[in-house]
Amino acid sequence: PERGSRGGAAMDLFGDLRRMNKRQLYYQVLNFAMIVSSALMIWKGLIVVTGSESPIVVVLSGSMEPAFHRGDLLFLTNFHDDPIRAGEIVVFKVEGRDIPIVHRVIKVHEKGNGNIKFLTKGDNNEVDDRGLYKEGQNWLEKKDVVGRARGFLPYVGMVTIIMNDYPKFKYALLAVMGAYVLLKRES
Amino acid sequence: RKNVEDFTGPRERSDLGFVTFDITADILNGKNGLQTFIFDWNVKQLFLYLSAEYSTKNNALNQVVLWDKIMLRGDNPRLSLKDMKSKYFFFDDGNGLKGNRNITLTLSWNVVPNAGILPLVTGSGHVSVPFPDTYETTKSY
Repeated sequence: PERGSRGGAAMDLFGDLRRMNKRQLYYQVLNFAMIVSSALMIWKGLIVVTGSESPIVVVLSGSMEPAFHRGDLLFLTNFHDDPIRAGEIVVFKVEGRDIPIVHRVIKVHEKGNGNIKFLTKGDNNEVDDRGLYKEGQNWLEKKDVVGRARGFLPYVGMVTIIMNDYPKFKYALLAVMGAYVLLKRES
Repeated sequence: RKNVEDFTGPRERSDLGFVTFDITADILNGKNGLQTFIFDWNVKQLFLYLSAEYSTKNNALNQVVLWDKIMLRGDNPRLSLKDMKSKYFFFDDGNGLKGNRNITLTLSWNVVPNAGILPLVTGSGHVSVPFPDTYETTKSY
């Protein structure tokens, strides 16, 4: 059958949809599920290899400028035997809060038995982080650490910030991805 | 050095140290045994910091950052600073500064690339300073 020049691509898509039978649909769904599972497995693998519950984080604030800006991506490790030392960039969570904070260690006091307490400060902040800790809390401990920043990529994390701030964008992206995977034909 | 209530946080009396220092440094990249210009194509900036490291009765290891500076690509990697006072309060966790003979001051820096690994480098050359056995009762600065 003839295909018009402008409506050609859209007509192909609908044509595909109508011609697909149940079996092919199931097959495409399984393909999609496999891709999602593989991605999840890679993520879990990263968690195991790095020792961090969140091996890749996005910088959310400007408190570490000019080194890191909002939207930059950080790669973390959290090996148990890695000591916490002044000058290191750590990602930590304040007890009871969800948002991880990326700042630098400026004070460390470690006892002979390995018990460590430390203080952090953002490079771009005037004061240390005591105002950010829990009420009455003056120090951070190892258990508060999500990981240590070992590497970084600029700008790449902006996508997740946009998706968070504009949910419509996130849904649109998911819809497009879903449509592509479901309709893609393996030749 | 004084013994005052640590007004930056903990409510006990702790030793507060006052240090003045000079820094003369030439920051170089010492990879593979060769010394090269520190600001190569992938170095965006350096975060320099002077830290004091010492042991006390209370804590086997203490590290306190006394001073820091951001050095951007394009800045002169040679430092010649005189009569600097510490930027941050040098509070000990306890009273371990009085009579402490061995406070080691080291200059280190965090290399921030345009993209890639974030190494922490310690400069070669450090100095050890002792604190006196008694507290100052007058203003030290």
